[in-house]
Amino acid sequence: MDLDIVALSRLQFAVTALYHFLFVPLTLGLSILLAIMETVYVMTGRVIWRDMTKFWGMLFGINFAMGVATGVVMEFQFGMNWSYYSHYVGDIFGAPLAIEGLMAFFLEATFVGLFFFGWDKLSKVGHLITTWAVAIGSNFSALWILIANGWMQNPVGAAFNPQTMRMEVNDFYAVLTNPVAQAKFVHTVSAGYLCASVFVLGVSAWYLLRGRHIELAKRSMTVAASFGLAAALSVAVLGDESGYLSSEHQKMKLAAIEAMWETEPAPAAFTAFGFPDQEARETHYAIHIPAVMGLIGTRSLTGVIPGIDELVKRAEVRIGEGIKAYDALQAIRAAGSTTTVPQGVRDTFENNGVDLGYALLLKRYVDDPRQATPEQIRQAAWDTVPQVAPLFWLFRTMVGIGMLLIALMGTFFVLSARRSLGRYRWLLKIAVFAIPLPWIAIESGWLVAEFGRQPWIIEGVLPTAVAVSNLGVKTLLLTLAGFIAIYTVLLVIEMKLLLKVIRHGPEQEHAPGVGASPPHGMPAPNLPLASAE
Amino acid sequence: MVLNELLNYDTLRLIWWALIGVLLVGFAVTDGFDLGSGMLLPFTARNDLERRVVINSVGPVWEGNQVWLILGGGAVFAAWPQLYAVSFSGFYLAMFVILSALILRPVAFKFRSKREAPQWRARWDGVLFFSGLVPALIFGVAMGNVLQGVPFRFDRDMHIFYDGSFFALLNPFALLCGGVSVAMLVTHGAAWLVLKTDGPVADRARRYGMAAALATIVLYAAAGMLLWSFIGGYRITSVVDAAGPSNPMLKTAEVHAGAWFLNYAAHPWTMAAPAAGLAGALAALLALALRRGGLALLAAGLGIAGIILSVGASMFPFILPSSIEPRASLTVWDSSSSHLTLFNMLVVTCIFLPLILAYTTWVYHVLWGKVDQAAIRDESGHAY
Repeated sequence: MDLDIVALSRLQFAVTALYHFLFVPLTLGLSILLAIMETVYVMTGRVIWRDMTKFWGMLFGINFAMGVATGVVMEFQFGMNWSYYSHYVGDIFGAPLAIEGLMAFFLEATFVGLFFFGWDKLSKVGHLITTWAVAIGSNFSALWILIANGWMQNPVGAAFNPQTMRMEVNDFYAVLTNPVAQAKFVHTVSAGYLCASVFVLGVSAWYLLRGRHIELAKRSMTVAASFGLAAALSVAVLGDESGYLSSEHQKMKLAAIEAMWETEPAPAAFTAFGFPDQEARETHYAIHIPAVMGLIGTRSLTGVIPGIDELVKRAEVRIGEGIKAYDALQAIRAAGSTTTVPQGVRDTFENNGVDLGYALLLKRYVDDPRQATPEQIRQAAWDTVPQVAPLFWLFRTMVGIGMLLIALMGTFFVLSARRSLGRYRWLLKIAVFAIPLPWIAIESGWLVAEFGRQPWIIEGVLPTAVAVSNLGVKTLLLTLAGFIAIYTVLLVIEMKLLLKVIRHGPEQEHAPGVGASPPHGMPAPNLPLASAE
Repeated sequence: MVLNELLNYDTLRLIWWALIGVLLVGFAVTDGFDLGSGMLLPFTARNDLERRVVINSVGPVWEGNQVWLILGGGAVFAAWPQLYAVSFSGFYLAMFVILSALILRPVAFKFRSKREAPQWRARWDGVLFFSGLVPALIFGVAMGNVLQGVPFRFDRDMHIFYDGSFFALLNPFALLCGGVSVAMLVTHGAAWLVLKTDGPVADRARRYGMAAALATIVLYAAAGMLLWSFIGGYRITSVVDAAGPSNPMLKTAEVHAGAWFLNYAAHPWTMAAPAAGLAGALAALLALALRRGGLALLAAGLGIAGIILSVGASMFPFILPSSIEPRASLTVWDSSSSHLTLFNMLVVTCIFLPLILAYTTWVYHVLWGKVDQAAIRDESGHAY
């Protein structure tokens, strides 16, 4: 891939999104864990649960600041780098982003200040509400951004308007209830919960290995293991749901993930291992597990999953239909409106309009898709195949780590139930070394979802290559280098600060242990809530 | 889906034009005082405790305030997609500079207090100063360029082409507008510090705030006079279809001297905006002289609102004029989202904006009162 503006714009989006996504999952999960811990504190009055909330809250705060910092860029860079995209689909895509601000960002950002500054200014219940507001706010933001992203994968409820030259919404409810968005939302927030659980479990395991803060660490591990096990299972179930939905809405992505070059007789085999070769269009040294792919993708023994070769042939047909739509569109535009063109032209556009995006795939090769040669059409059809090898491997990395983490969480859940969390030092060490794993899986998952959608920025509607802003290569190189430099420096500082806080450990405001007398003249822990107000 | 027919397309466009004004004003009067406090940090605080007083005065609220900007981005995307696409890709490097500042700002707040070393803290203090100054200046410069027209055009598929450069943005009139923006936000920040702090910090903030209020009046008046005498406005020369399709290329427009003042002649009540701009800044000056922090904050806020709304009132119905192809200019009538999207987003806004205002008010109520120096000194309350 040479460094043209399309490649650079994609790279910049990937860098900024992947950096942002280092912080988001921990925020999603840790905010809920904090709310759970504080709820236990308010319900039982045991001060150690407040100490836990404050300690993990400190780590949450450092991470949250980075999430906010990297998130600002996300809100503006569609306009900056993807101006044709913003024009073309802003009518649909902009709405969830705005709703995210109204419903989620204000909630989390307004209350996060109070979470840190409000311990002495609020009643117990008042502060608990604050913490839940932060947790609910951050999780709502995931909902809306995934409704936006889900629409990029499965663009429902919209149609092209020739007068404005863009997609416009015709069924807002369909955009909101997009099944792809629903599955992605639960899959992603569950991954965030799992990520935070692994983080809390790993750091607590480190304290146990060092013999420090035992009470706090054990309680934290219990919460993390139970919450984390539920989350890990949910990640897997919804990941499977996403795979099933892909077989319906993004067949090419699924075929590429599986490196399935040819359509196999149902039920298709799952390729556990192999080396996909894009040039030769085959997978070397493949190890197949019979029938598994067909079962996952179609949930039946008879459903056929089309292979890459067949999908390319279908794309070629759709490009042909798209060219007809493009031709009709030009006639409609020349006439000024849909009502003044002959009925035949109107019908052509009505019938083939859904394939208009396929004609735009030719824009890479020819300015007017109607002038394309058969060779160019064949080439454009082959462009609908994403890079198979990275998808194949990233997907297997994600799933492999997911399986490992289910085992890890299951093990610690059992240990916690048997009250023997500290018994096996080797297990504690595994928990510590597992800390980076969820991040690797999550970033792989993002890459599978977005890389697998290529060459489309909106599946079947708008090719990535035509969606960029007309910026200079030098300008893009400058901002790309700038973002990488700033983010990397901040990431290094952030990691150092997190480690410093972890090494320092929780504040020892009072004697460790359960039910120690609370400081600052607060009411005794066992009094009923009402009198604590 | 007939619910959206309850409101006409042109009415919805007008409402959304006004709502963007509300969001801009919301951003400027909330985030404005913490950007202003950041700019005043090196001048009002002489030692670490004083600096922490300044930082903690905005500590619990700056994060929520900044969401006004984020929401502004999202709302422009949803309601005015072409404005979102043209302005942010056109002002690309300027946006990059603003974003760099806004990336560093949250981190500076959070990281500064995590280590004791004076060098560490001095570095983040510098970041807080520049990350207050840079957005304030550039937003003003951007406004100054919008008033003069921006060099963009569309091709036949509505791809956007921008023929300007970053340095062309830094022309004298735009820099003057940048000066207005900095001065008004410094005034606002100073009023905040007078309200929320006491002792030497408040005294210094009061003096800087009075100077900044005076500068706001002088620079704003100068910008108005320059606009009157040297800068041509724009006007539509074809018949306006206020409920027509959102395609700017369906109209014609031209540069016309004095066009930015036609609305004031046609609708004299719109002169309330620039009048509020001047009166607010003047009232802030007087309130600061009388050491009335709360009053000064309200007055400075009024001034900011007046100044921002006067830009909108001058340009209406233009939102973003094109200097190289006036007919490509974005106006209220031809660059919005579809009828349905504007309606849906209005419903959502009517539900959530009052909620946001309610809980934001509650949070400010909880945090009412001066910053507690003793609490900062003994590190309780998780202060910055």
